[in-house]
Amino acid sequence: MRTSIGERLLDLAVSGFLWGFRILIVVVVVLGTILTIQAGKYTGQQWIDFVVFGISQGSIYALIALGYTMVYGILRMINFAHGEIFMSGAFGGYFIATWLAGIGFMDQHPMLGLIIAILFGMLISTLIALLVERIAYRPLRGAPRLVPLISAIGASYFLQYTFRGLFGPGVYAYPSISALDGKFNFLGIDILKVQVIVAVAALIMMSILYFIVMYTKIGKAMRAVSENKDVAALMGIDVNRIIVSTFALGAAMAGAAGVLYGLTFRQVTFFTGFTPGIKAFTAAVLGGIGNIPGAMVGGLVLGLVESIGPALFLDSLGIPRPYQLKDAIAYIMLVMILLFRPSGILGERISKKA
Amino acid sequence: MNKRLLALLSVLVLASMVLVACAPAVVETEAPVMTEAPVMTEAPAMYECTDALGCVTIGPDEPVHLAYWGVLAGPDASLGEDSKRGVEIAISDLGGKFQGHDILLTTEDGGCTPEGGATAATKLAADTSLVGLIGSSCSDETVGGIATITNAGLTTISPSNTRPVLTSPDRGPDFAGYARTAHSDAFQGKAVAEFAYNKLGARKAATLHDGSAYAQALVGVFAENFKALGGEIVAEEAVAKDATDMKPVLTTISAAGPDFFYYPVFVAVGGYTTAQVRDVAGLETVPIAGSDGIFTADLLKGGGANTLGMYLSSPDFSAFTGDYAGFLTKHEAAYGGSTLSAFHAHAYDATNILFSALEQVAVVEADGTIYVPRQALRDAIFATKDFSGITGTLSCSASGDCGAPVIAVYEIMNSDPASWNPADATNPNPKKIYP
Repeated sequence: MRTSIGERLLDLAVSGFLWGFRILIVVVVVLGTILTIQAGKYTGQQWIDFVVFGISQGSIYALIALGYTMVYGILRMINFAHGEIFMSGAFGGYFIATWLAGIGFMDQHPMLGLIIAILFGMLISTLIALLVERIAYRPLRGAPRLVPLISAIGASYFLQYTFRGLFGPGVYAYPSISALDGKFNFLGIDILKVQVIVAVAALIMMSILYFIVMYTKIGKAMRAVSENKDVAALMGIDVNRIIVSTFALGAAMAGAAGVLYGLTFRQVTFFTGFTPGIKAFTAAVLGGIGNIPGAMVGGLVLGLVESIGPALFLDSLGIPRPYQLKDAIAYIMLVMILLFRPSGILGERISKKA
Repeated sequence: MNKRLLALLSVLVLASMVLVACAPAVVETEAPVMTEAPVMTEAPAMYECTDALGCVTIGPDEPVHLAYWGVLAGPDASLGEDSKRGVEIAISDLGGKFQGHDILLTTEDGGCTPEGGATAATKLAADTSLVGLIGSSCSDETVGGIATITNAGLTTISPSNTRPVLTSPDRGPDFAGYARTAHSDAFQGKAVAEFAYNKLGARKAATLHDGSAYAQALVGVFAENFKALGGEIVAEEAVAKDATDMKPVLTTISAAGPDFFYYPVFVAVGGYTTAQVRDVAGLETVPIAGSDGIFTADLLKGGGANTLGMYLSSPDFSAFTGDYAGFLTKHEAAYGGSTLSAFHAHAYDATNILFSALEQVAVVEADGTIYVPRQALRDAIFATKDFSGITGTLSCSASGDCGAPVIAVYEIMNSDPASWNPADATNPNPKKIYP
């Protein structure tokens, strides 16, 4: 192939622009940070609050992101209905938590009640994910890669509007659980109880998942299928069963995230899954899609940047209403990380498999 | 293999149905161009339509068709549903008939967004049987849809749009088909500023809006008036309409040390903000206030216990000069329970203004055919003078302001959504506290 001078100039201009973009963003971040810290508008406690808010939001993103990344790892497919799986978990948790609060169980045994609500949310999510897998994805297993993607978008809308049909377009409010109100005092730092519980629960769930994937037979089989489906089948692994378990595990995480989301933000509607779904997908790409610790790291990083970013980077640069730019900050960070590390924070290799 | 194909096909059909359902109706955008021609040719020799915008012809057996457009789904559905009930009660007060024809009411959802308003307006503009419109609910819907409606020769009266610029004298020709019975926020923002400064003694106010045309303008009017009174705006923040985690932005607001926090937003952001505001250090006891966009029991559902003691501005129901009590009796009989939001009476008045204008301009033939000249109807609506409605004695300005704005500030006395009843004689919730 011949390259003319014009093409070479264009190449130069493009890479020049990209470098300029990287430098500009780094300058804005560094300058904004220095100015904000110098201005001293926020107290130490407030910075800690930002971090805690970010971890709490980020661990919910991380739990949802796990489902995206696991399904991608095994099928090379983006399960766009995953946000709706999360929403169905939030609804499941709502109904059981309301019922438990109604009979007074939540006040007597708040911890047990929360665990029941989370388990029930996981159950509902898993059931719906298995149905979606069976009806919308499995029949398309051999089809070109775009076909299941479109099917996933269809499944997403179908689930949203099924929930709207069943429960109406209104807002469902989680019951307020008195055990979750108030703050813990930890080494002189005040932290909201509900956020501690969300972070701890998310950590436990992720540890369990990591243990399953790394140290059990089914986890080993999952990793084998992810490496090479055909060879795994030749080794006597039931690929369909492994795919179903992957969907089930990912959905269980999303269901737990749904209940934790409900406990934190109190409101659930049929549309609840949309934005967190997109954000969690971003988190999965950020961490390196297909990589399980990557999804966890990506979720936390995204949550932290959304929480701290507007105050730290933009506040002191004289940009009005920085919180409207929260999503822009998150996505610019995604672009930046992909510019410097195209496979994500923890993504080691770009898949060679089709 | 066959089974597989069938499954694939069914999934594709499903997906395409979903996509079609979500796509904006492209075909219909062409329709408004044709509205005039068929009406003109169909007119029999007896009546020659000379109206600049053409006439609507209603055959002897056809109903008189009007439409309500506004938010009927999503978190703000109560706002639209409340106004729709006002329209329905007005129609039932007319006996459901106009000149012996049945009155047909249809609805179009605008979703409280400019895009939704544009889609709804496009559908309405394509319907040549429509005589007039009531709506929209949210100022954003009007911003998105009003040009289409005006250019189709239709006229709409909004019961609940409050963004000031919609009826400003220099609003432009696209707004020629727009009038409202709701107050302009020029009054509401001022009332809240006076309440905060004079009654609460606030000097340092913080504001938050959700990017909607309504909230952005209202926050601006409030800030202007609060500063004019001698107060200071210490924080002006905003979030996206789909934001859920408000704690970071609330922390920024808290760092500014406000003694009054005003967020005249819609139900989604309003609910999340109220639910989280007391969790943020420094905002535990700061007085919080919203406006008519969240004057609904849905706020109590989303905001929970923190709504107790919150202030909401709204039209002053006790200042209505018409028979509001009679309206509430009819409302109770038809729907049971309390009113859903703040603009049912405005919708009732808007509907009656529309029919009184219709009465003046409609040409009725001996066989029962009705001709409605569109420009004449629009002119008659704008010429409304000393119309005695529920909300007051209404006169429309040349730029479509028909409201009788009296604003009050209410306080939420009980955070249980079931207790919502601002009209209750003994135990109103929320309760009027200012002026």
